[in-house]
Amino acid sequence: MKNQLLSINDLTLEDVIGILDTATALEQITNGPTKKLPTLRGRTVVNLFFEDSTRTRISFETAAKRLSADVINFSAKGSSVSKGESLKDTAQTLQAMGADAVVIRHGASGAAQRLADSGWINATVINAGDGTHEHPTQALLDAYTIAKSFPEHSRDFTSLKIAIVGDILHSRVARSNVLLLSKLGAKVTLIAPPTLLPVGVEKWPVTISYDLDAELESFDVVMMLRIQLERMNNFYFPSEREYARRYGLNEARLRCMKKTSIVMHPGPMNRGLEISAASADSSRSVIIDQVGNGVVTRMAVLYLLLGGASLSEVLS
Amino acid sequence: MSAILESADIDRALKRISHEIIERNHGLESVVLLGIPTRGAFLASRIGEILKSLGNEVPVGTLDITMHRDDLRLRPPRPLVATLLPAGGIEGKDVVLVDDVLFSGRTIRAALDALGELGRPKTVQLAVLIDRGHRELPIRADYVGKNLPTSSTESVKVSLREVDETDRVEITGVR
Repeated sequence: MKNQLLSINDLTLEDVIGILDTATALEQITNGPTKKLPTLRGRTVVNLFFEDSTRTRISFETAAKRLSADVINFSAKGSSVSKGESLKDTAQTLQAMGADAVVIRHGASGAAQRLADSGWINATVINAGDGTHEHPTQALLDAYTIAKSFPEHSRDFTSLKIAIVGDILHSRVARSNVLLLSKLGAKVTLIAPPTLLPVGVEKWPVTISYDLDAELESFDVVMMLRIQLERMNNFYFPSEREYARRYGLNEARLRCMKKTSIVMHPGPMNRGLEISAASADSSRSVIIDQVGNGVVTRMAVLYLLLGGASLSEVLS
Repeated sequence: MSAILESADIDRALKRISHEIIERNHGLESVVLLGIPTRGAFLASRIGEILKSLGNEVPVGTLDITMHRDDLRLRPPRPLVATLLPAGGIEGKDVVLVDDVLFSGRTIRAALDALGELGRPKTVQLAVLIDRGHRELPIRADYVGKNLPTSSTESVKVSLREVDETDRVEITGVR
């Protein structure tokens, strides 16, 4: 495994299965009487968040703390970034403070790659969402959630049909998930209005559909994406009401789905827009499980990236 | 490469350890066997089988100690293995840790830490197939299959039929 996680493309299938197996073992340990493990004692993890986040930041923070790492939370609001400090200067500050890992969330696609390749820091870089590019740990926790929901296919998704519905254009979650789920063998269908599909999507390893109802009964997993209202400045669809009617997961559509199927959403949800409250809270929804699974998946990633010898330690 | 123990020797050693466990614990009401993966786990289940054939059913589990190792930073990350505690847990029990080779004692130290996170056993005992000396910590085994004086540059290789097709213990020369 590479010593950073910027994209799902950094991972081989063996790495992915290793992460899922490690997360499974960690979930079992953290369900015991003591949640805390001494493994990363003395290591420092910096959460470098240039964009707002609830789940991802808290999830990484919890994961690092359960492994006894020291956690520094940095958010652009209230820091010198709002005075105009550049990513480079911020990174060098973190380097000087001895960060072992930097978990970065940034509004610009490629920010994590830039930080990793720049030579500004030696720390392990973990991408926690960069612009509309990728969000690899979200895809890993989604795969872990699917594996737990379908234990008979837990490391091979070949027989699973997965729909990803909604704003594919702006979704880093969708990009990472397409790469990861197809790596695990799943048949992925993207369902969205044509305006919310990116250019070049026909080259992705997926099926494209504009109609949510067409094959709804055939999917094992339906993953709803958030309509990113902050990026809806370009008239991608006529009205929220029309979008909800054509692409929202409501009770009627939930009833059409397979009895064994699950509903996922990376959060935060726009209840009533892409997903109705009843669907989000139904027994088939695993949305809350996704959050819990996020912690063990990120613990697995932190352990595998930081738990062993770092490159410099091996060389010395 | 010379075989120190063959299949029959290993069986005999495990039988003797089983009898010693019974003797030492005056019956086995509160005994729990915990094997340290990979090979310790197989040895623990074998001892469990022997005790069963002697009319004493004993809970058997495994204890993964990876996250408690003190040498994590000296090697690439290791895969984790499941910790499987028997239904009764370990609280107030007489836990017998089972491992294949006792060498520096660091694995057992990690195992004691891992145990401490899971509960508070009444006693902790240690059974090993091979004790090869060279301890770096004040740790000793209660039940030993074979004491094997070795040089610290040699390495002891335990093969078990569950994973390695054959049962044998051999010393491989200077690394």
